[in-house]
Amino acid sequence: MSAASRAEAPAFVAKTKAGRITDFVDARVGGSGMLREFGRKVFPDHWSFMFGEVALYSFVILLLSGTFLTFFFDPSMAETRYDGSYLPLKNVEMSVAYSSSLDISFDVRGGLFMRQVHHWAALLFVASIGVHMLRVFFTGAFRKPREMNWVVGSVLLILAMAAGFTGYSLPDDLLSGNGLRIIDGVIKAIPVVGTYISFFLFGGEFPGTAVIGRLYMLHILLVPALILLMIVLHLFMVVVHKHTQYPGPGRNDGNVVGYPLGPVYAAKAGGFFFIVFGVIALMAAFFTINPIWNYGPYDPSPVSAGTQPDWYIGFVDGALRLMPGVIGDFHFEYVIFGYTLTLNVLLPALVPAGILFTVMFMYPWIESWITKDTREHHVLDRPRNAPTRTAIGVAGFVWYCVMWAAAGSDLIATHFHVSLNDVTYWLRALFFIGPVIAFVVAKRVALALQRKDREIALHGRETGRIVRLPHGEFIEVHAPLDEYKRYKLVGFESPSPLPAVPNDHGIVTRKEKQRAFLSKWFFEDRVAPATPAELEAGHGHHAPAVEAGEESKSLSH
Amino acid sequence: MKALSQKRRHPLAVIALLLMGLLITGGLYAVATTVNQAKASTTSFSANDTAEGEKLFAANCATCHGMGASGSQDGPSLVGVGAAAVDFQVGTGRMPMQMNGPQAYKKPAQFNDDQTHQLSAYVASLGAGPAIPEEHLLDEQGDAAKGGELFRVNCAMCHNAAAAGGALTRGKFAPALADVSGKHIYEAMVSGPQNMPVFNDANVTPEGKRDIVTFLKQIEANGSPGGADLGALGPVAEGLFVWVAGLGVIIAFTIWLTSRTS
Repeated sequence: MSAASRAEAPAFVAKTKAGRITDFVDARVGGSGMLREFGRKVFPDHWSFMFGEVALYSFVILLLSGTFLTFFFDPSMAETRYDGSYLPLKNVEMSVAYSSSLDISFDVRGGLFMRQVHHWAALLFVASIGVHMLRVFFTGAFRKPREMNWVVGSVLLILAMAAGFTGYSLPDDLLSGNGLRIIDGVIKAIPVVGTYISFFLFGGEFPGTAVIGRLYMLHILLVPALILLMIVLHLFMVVVHKHTQYPGPGRNDGNVVGYPLGPVYAAKAGGFFFIVFGVIALMAAFFTINPIWNYGPYDPSPVSAGTQPDWYIGFVDGALRLMPGVIGDFHFEYVIFGYTLTLNVLLPALVPAGILFTVMFMYPWIESWITKDTREHHVLDRPRNAPTRTAIGVAGFVWYCVMWAAAGSDLIATHFHVSLNDVTYWLRALFFIGPVIAFVVAKRVALALQRKDREIALHGRETGRIVRLPHGEFIEVHAPLDEYKRYKLVGFESPSPLPAVPNDHGIVTRKEKQRAFLSKWFFEDRVAPATPAELEAGHGHHAPAVEAGEESKSLSH
Repeated sequence: MKALSQKRRHPLAVIALLLMGLLITGGLYAVATTVNQAKASTTSFSANDTAEGEKLFAANCATCHGMGASGSQDGPSLVGVGAAAVDFQVGTGRMPMQMNGPQAYKKPAQFNDDQTHQLSAYVASLGAGPAIPEEHLLDEQGDAAKGGELFRVNCAMCHNAAAAGGALTRGKFAPALADVSGKHIYEAMVSGPQNMPVFNDANVTPEGKRDIVTFLKQIEANGSPGGADLGALGPVAEGLFVWVAGLGVIIAFTIWLTSRTS
């Protein structure tokens, strides 16, 4: 590089002022390079890929509406007498936190709307995370190289629940206070350290005067910051890994088929933000959520009927409701060295959630250990093509739903005019046998769908046209599929069980035997995709009937 | 005094003392319970009402409650339940009962106001019990905020803080209180129908009951400031709504966004 080239460098001068400013900025931060890189990122189009976006947009809406609420909310537990516009609570003694929540609802312009936006967005946030995770699980998108991102996503789910719970308690109304008392009970049930943790958390005996302020700090500072950090990690990994895609002709682990981010996908995604915002705003405008004025101020003595947590904590509440206090003469409470061990609180509160989250976090590694599959996967499985995984997922989902339903057992009883006790007995039974039934049914359904696919691939689609042959036989005319549709039905892997293999020392370890056993369990029931030879045979068998005909219909059976 | 101290070791002294003690406690208890009872006033019932009521009773109620309302295997004795209980049970259609079950359901009243009045008169004539509340207690002009506090402490654990009702054990339930008249709410408190406990006048004063009725009527009239209340059932209804309606609409949009015009 010499003086001559330096003189040629400023060859490009933008014509407009805006262009010159853009050029100035670009020369300093290199935005066009980034834009080129991101703008060319390809996203496959499928409706089920958009739930992560829904969660992200709900989170943005939560930040915006939450910021508005912090302007008016006062997290103090000091006692005051209500002096706002809601007459049925006039002059009632309450905490400043509850009083300021009521003021947001009745005396701040747009306050009630913003409160409802915030709460509906919170419910939608966790719900969309849940649906997003179900999609990822059932399509096998957690497989290599995305295991870490699955873990980050699971952490996000837990953080979202934490954000929801800390927010739920802030208004200090009777409902949230009852919820907090349940949490206090669960904490106190933890052996030895429980009472200490409870006293540290509440700054003394429940409810104390500190907890709302502490939860507020967690709710507006720590938890959102962690969520933001995890979202950045999550999206970063999405960019690094590229997006997964459903199987289809021309799609393989080496490519991504879809639209580039810019401009089509960016426009769609941007527009989708406003759609999500619009849906939440309409819900907030027309449907009330958490009517705190109905519940009254928190006071440890009253407990309202129909006290439930928000839906995402519901499964823990449901497990607590299902746990019997005693079974016959067998009781769950022991006094050991002067410490009371309350298993009838500890077991339901921690064990089901513990199992659920442990399996969720570890599942990618569990499956790759069983299948010995260490390849990268960018093409998704259709749920039916991984019957055992699908069955495991459905069993877990049903288990969750049983506990979830138990949280509304009283409403099931009153609305369907059945006995609350019977509802509890049924749900207790389903807690154990529900997942088993779900596993068997889901696996059989998946296998049946695979057989149907195979049948269609081999013999074509039933047209409903019945033809009588010269010798009197009736047959239904089957139309063959076009190649693109057939690819979808035959283009998948169906691994067979991997038997135990000896290690380098020639020994079949016990662990390897266990793996082989699980591998058999995982893959023994399988429907192999139709092979090219079978397809050839399938069509060849009926070929004479179609070759001469004027239409390319194949006849079968 | 000397006589007393001499006689105190008499073999019958213990029995005398015991008798005295029993009489005093029993007497005090009798006084105390009647003091706390909402006063029965049969003044507004004429002899004709009572006579007509007896006929109605014999024709419609005696099958279960027995002749003279003395009770049978199928129904309790109604002696001393008072006019309030009859006015509530018959006025809300719970009695005559449609079928045996954990709890009688509210249904269209089977008797008109005059007949209900006559039945009340008859049952009230059988023994003292809570009376139908007077008009000034039902004027809904009490202190709603105080009524709300009383409601949350005494009623919300079964009827729900928003008076939306709740489940009890084995098919029993506390009904929702919207659309229940102030008179019937008051009568329910003093008579304790079905599985409800009695809230006598020592427990919740007549003014307190007036406040509770005022509160319930006021929240009913206020409606739901935040839009449709989804049954005022709390987080379960809200969760169901966000999963079905919220996510449903969102999914419809995602399908629309990713559909191709092919």
